[in-house]
Amino acid sequence: MAEETKFIVFSLAHEEYGVEVDKVRTIERMLPITRVPRTPAFVKGVINLRGVVVPIIDLRERFNLPQAEYNENSRMIIVALADLEVGLIVDSASDVIDLDTDEIADPPEVVGGVKAKYLRGIAKLDNKRLLVMLNLHEVLNKNEIIQLESIEG
Amino acid sequence: MDTNQYLSMFIDESNDHLQALNENLLALEGNPQDISIVQNIFRSAHTLKGMSATMGYEDIAKLTHEMENVLDLVRNSKLDMDAFIFDTLFKGLDSLETMVQDIIQGGSGTADVTGIVDNLKKIVDGEHVMNKSESGSVKSSSERPQSHIELDEFQLSVLGQSMDQGNHVYFLEVSLREDCILKAVRAYMVFDQLEQNGEVVKSSPSVQDIEQEKFDRSFSVYYISGKEETEIERFIASVSEVDFVKVTLMDAESLSSMEAASKASQETAVGISNVSATIPTVTAAKIPAADSVPKAKATGNAGAQVSNRTIRVDIERLDTLMNLFSELLIDRVRLEQLASELRKPELTETVEHMSRVSSDLQNIVLKLRMVPVDSVFNRFPRMIRDLAKSLDKKVDLFIEGADTELDRTVIDEIGDPLVHLLRNAVDHGVEPTQDRIAAGKDETGTVSLRAYHSGNSVFIEIEEDGRGINRDGVLKSAISKGVVSAEQAPLMSDEEVYNLLFSAGFSTAEKISDISGRGVGLDVVKAKITALGGNVSIDSKLGVGTKFSVQLPLTLSIISAMLVKLGSEKYAIPLSSIVETGVIQKQDIRNVHGSRMIEYRNQVIPIVSLSELFLSPDYSETDEVETEIVVIRKGDKLAALTVEEFIGQQEIVLKSLGKYFTSLYAVSGATILGDGQVALIIDPNAMIK
Repeated sequence: MAEETKFIVFSLAHEEYGVEVDKVRTIERMLPITRVPRTPAFVKGVINLRGVVVPIIDLRERFNLPQAEYNENSRMIIVALADLEVGLIVDSASDVIDLDTDEIADPPEVVGGVKAKYLRGIAKLDNKRLLVMLNLHEVLNKNEIIQLESIEG
Repeated sequence: MDTNQYLSMFIDESNDHLQALNENLLALEGNPQDISIVQNIFRSAHTLKGMSATMGYEDIAKLTHEMENVLDLVRNSKLDMDAFIFDTLFKGLDSLETMVQDIIQGGSGTADVTGIVDNLKKIVDGEHVMNKSESGSVKSSSERPQSHIELDEFQLSVLGQSMDQGNHVYFLEVSLREDCILKAVRAYMVFDQLEQNGEVVKSSPSVQDIEQEKFDRSFSVYYISGKEETEIERFIASVSEVDFVKVTLMDAESLSSMEAASKASQETAVGISNVSATIPTVTAAKIPAADSVPKAKATGNAGAQVSNRTIRVDIERLDTLMNLFSELLIDRVRLEQLASELRKPELTETVEHMSRVSSDLQNIVLKLRMVPVDSVFNRFPRMIRDLAKSLDKKVDLFIEGADTELDRTVIDEIGDPLVHLLRNAVDHGVEPTQDRIAAGKDETGTVSLRAYHSGNSVFIEIEEDGRGINRDGVLKSAISKGVVSAEQAPLMSDEEVYNLLFSAGFSTAEKISDISGRGVGLDVVKAKITALGGNVSIDSKLGVGTKFSVQLPLTLSIISAMLVKLGSEKYAIPLSSIVETGVIQKQDIRNVHGSRMIEYRNQVIPIVSLSELFLSPDYSETDEVETEIVVIRKGDKLAALTVEEFIGQQEIVLKSLGKYFTSLYAVSGATILGDGQVALIIDPNAMIK
């Protein structure tokens, strides 16, 4: 049975990505970030989100995409996965769409330079837009972070 | 019925009742003839049964029902407690706890309770005492199950007189159907019928209790009437939802034998106390008398539904309140700034008033989170009892300062380390009975658990009068483990030696506990307490005993800190680890073995560059002639941190960095400053090796 799920659409280096709406807490404009020393480069630091300290990841850097200056379109998408709450910096957040989970195809080996393991699949939208579905579990995989920390530290 | 909305209430109350059961059973074990304790236990069990039956947890209801049956016999002095009954009841309690835990975890709260239920049934049937010599009193009473109600002399004489006048005296047992919903109403209807046809002399439970539905399914009545048995039976049975009625005609003989029995039962009550005093109690934990008396009273009051004017609040709501409140504080700082710029008297006044109100509010919000350590301590008496029993030792646990308050977050974390330390005290500290006698000590060991406030900390001490720590033994195994060198060993102070027990190398070695008597898993305890911002130390005398002192911060939510600046970044250093702040000249920094040191009060201490450590993007002190330093301390080791500038001392609200950062280097948390910015809190412990 096909299930309709809402996805938040955001863009990153001219690609469009999607993440399930129930994983998203809020979408914020850029807030002042406090650097946390000795963390991997893609960890930008922490922000004060209405009294709660939330770590922030630059998704471009996380995926090893070319870096870009933050501008007024830049957004922090605060996602929550079990007890993890993390903000993702994206180029812009554009849309909310309904999607049949059936329409999501398995990811090809390489898409736009992002490693396949971070992807859940690809969805083709009616107007020929390609939407890359993120696998948040892998994006927020902590083991990788710990490894990186021990290399740098 | 949808019972989900009552689930959290059920869980909370069940836990309360289980705790009360536990405490009272322990108190009873130390004082088996105190029937008032049995009453308390009975009440808790009864409420628990009612609640769980309502919520549909049949196994809990079944088990409590059987426990209740046993307790009922005990409180009516028809059964005296012995080790077997205690053990069975404790086992029942454990099962209940497991089932309630299961419910908390989202389970169905079912468990196989047949074994315990069978044992309880055996106790009720008196089977388990068949082979005992002192079962006389039990037998005599089991012959007369209907003497449920004890009549006083006056009531006996009333019955006797009415018999002389040609009335019948009956003993009625009325039982309502299990699915009866308004028991009190049915009971009232029965009483109504009875009153119309005669006179009720005495009922059990009392009429008052029946009206308040404080009875199970059945009640019994002494009744005077001119009617015949069958007639009485008929009109009672006419009340709907009555399961059965048993009418027993009493004659003068049975009445007089009852009179004798009631006298005898008073005597046996005395007898029982003698017997039970001679039963060797296998007990372990005894709460000191002074402590247990008010406690028993408190639970008694709770059972009587005296409102204690408190409400339960979900801790998450308090956290949310805290977060919202810190938002408010940030806005307050903004407003204060604006007011000072605009210089409007009205605005300044209002802002000042708001500041005062909000600081009062802050105090209250913080106090809301304070919980007495009792909520952790109260499970220890039972634990010590079981532990002592399984190790075949005699141990008394003394608890002091259970009303000392600590922040909820600390309370939640401190349980496990304390369990560990207490286990350690009983297992390794207190000697077996023979050794104690041989050493000329009292055969019952004592473990004291103390909590008290001191300054901004709470101290928890665990002291036992056991064998003490064998310094040489510890050193020997430390050397063999390579933790210290043989040359180092003799130079170490006792304290340093004891601290070896906390080192990780000790925890895995099985043999060491035999030699030193200590050291299993203590590194975990230390790590946990340190993580809480606390400290643990050992004091011991060989052959006299050992004391573990745990120092804990009063709250984890707010600490005093020194804010410092490194270029554009701000960091907070906990005041508790700061010794002094000062300024050093560049030429005073010396190189020793390649590391930079300074002389500080006749000591040479290392100097750590915070900007290098944290890879500051826009500050470096390398070109400065004068540098601000913060001298920090970890135990008795010191170090100096270089910073750009001091901002000042401030009370900061601690914020967790979340689950994403698992092990951050030298950062223990974060806080939100007045301008809404996040500042990281430095963990000085990580900087001193």
